[in-house]
Amino acid sequence: MDPEVKREIIMDNYLNPKNKIKIEDNSYDKVNSNNESCIDNIDIFVKVTDGIIEDIKFDGEACAISTSSTSIMINNLIGLSISEAIKYIDNFDNMVNEKEYNRELLNEAIVYEDIYKQNNRKHCALLPYIGIRKVLEKYSK
Amino acid sequence: MNREDFPMLDKDIIYLDNGATTLKPKCVLEKMNDYYENYSANTHRGDYDISYKVDLEYENTRNLVKDFINAECLEEIVFTSGTTESLNMIANGFFANYLEAGDEILITTSEHASNVLPWFRLAKKIGCKIGYIPVDDNYYVTIDNVLKSITPQTKVIALAEITNVIGDKRPIKEIAKIAHERNIFVVVDGAQSIPHKKTDVQDLDVDFLAFSAHKMCGPTGVGVLYGKKALLEQLEPINMGGGMNESFDSENEVFLKSLPTRLEAGTPNIAGVIGFGEAIKYLTNIGMDKISKIEHNLREYLIDKLIKIPHIDIINLESDSGIVSVNVEGIFSQDVAYYLNKYNICVRAGNHCAKIIKKTTGVTNSIRISLYFYNTESEIDELVELLSNKDKILKEML
Ligand SMILES: Cc1ncc(COP(=O)(O)O)c(C=O)c1O
Repeated sequence: MDPEVKREIIMDNYLNPKNKIKIEDNSYDKVNSNNESCIDNIDIFVKVTDGIIEDIKFDGEACAISTSSTSIMINNLIGLSISEAIKYIDNFDNMVNEKEYNRELLNEAIVYEDIYKQNNRKHCALLPYIGIRKVLEKYSK
Repeated sequence: MNREDFPMLDKDIIYLDNGATTLKPKCVLEKMNDYYENYSANTHRGDYDISYKVDLEYENTRNLVKDFINAECLEEIVFTSGTTESLNMIANGFFANYLEAGDEILITTSEHASNVLPWFRLAKKIGCKIGYIPVDDNYYVTIDNVLKSITPQTKVIALAEITNVIGDKRPIKEIAKIAHERNIFVVVDGAQSIPHKKTDVQDLDVDFLAFSAHKMCGPTGVGVLYGKKALLEQLEPINMGGGMNESFDSENEVFLKSLPTRLEAGTPNIAGVIGFGEAIKYLTNIGMDKISKIEHNLREYLIDKLIKIPHIDIINLESDSGIVSVNVEGIFSQDVAYYLNKYNICVRAGNHCAKIIKKTTGVTNSIRISLYFYNTESEIDELVELLSNKDKILKEML
């Protein structure tokens, strides 16, 4: 993908993030993801019905990489089953950590394929994935 | 000015994170190396020549610190690992024995974690209360608000003389007067003030003061605990061990040395303390009043330029130090810091260890530009130029 297009996707998801709204609804599981080495801090709200991710929202303050990564992740996860979602997350993890991964599965999240080159920002891209994994693993047990 | 003294300034960086730590002049590094290369021995064991020299140099720094803050005597100067350790010693060694359930500790929401968390823990342990002195619209602590906050339960007021996000200076002398009239102790976190202005502890009449060498051109891992002698006498050592005891036979017969050695258990950071002495000489040679003035002028210069940029929010228009906290409208502070980093400009993004400050400013995060005397107007020009173009920031911040 052209670097300029990647940049545009990231910036668009940062400046106009999708599903960024704080919700107070008990049918959602809430998880906080914060970055110990920096100041990113987001809450993720997940609604799972019959093993399917019905909805995800998020809220909080975070940098461009974290915010856009969350927005893109949510877009990709809504509608998936728990096991499909975990597979998706594992695949993203592998990409960021320079392991083997499947490009086809990632959709827009492929914009972070070079993030491993910036060590101090890897964790920003992974931040929402760490949080949501905690919620989903609860359901997969 | 004095830029040629700092090896780090050859590195083609613009260092504007002096609130976190300052750069070290060559003379400090050489002084420390000299210890390691030419008289590397332990303290307090002067049985041979080089060991005697260690004692002389180590105690010479104590003398320099005493004069630097105008303490009454050498016993009042205790070396620690930094402000954090000093404040913890004050809380746990003195106030843990002094405070009782129901007593109140007064702080503000703009304190650094090191002047909050030791008090939180103590309050929990003893059952004391933490009270907050409110700040005014410019985030200043006013005497009026101090008076309003004091209750009959207030036993200690613990404040930074200058805070690390806002850079506001507190009227410590007046606060100490009010406090002492009411039998309240005053603890001062001097981490951000001692490096930047002349300090006279006798004039201020504070009971305890903590500060760090690394924020004043000295090495990391060294700090000072100042306390009035009569109070330090009552401060129970947190660390027991070598160097600080006179003799011991059994658990019931441990005799401790006198101040200040009693509070410096174990082998201290000898090279650090000796280097710290050199840093104090260095700052004194320039002159603390001159340092304050240079910083003040640089800050005015920076503010005058930033204020003209519409997309820059300055959080602390008023301040008495070289600290300027800003946000670029609509851009997360960390992204701005990453962007500046691409041009080798070092600023700090975040809440600067003052996590409860958002209660004060309503702003969780910001970028902090903190100046010291070796910064220049041309460095500021470069920074301002980069911040003035918001499209460029958005384009290059990833
Ligand atoms: C106001 C204030 N207090 C305390 C500290 C802690 O100092 P140190 O980390 O040297 O112990 C700092 C340093 O950031 C500070 O700015």
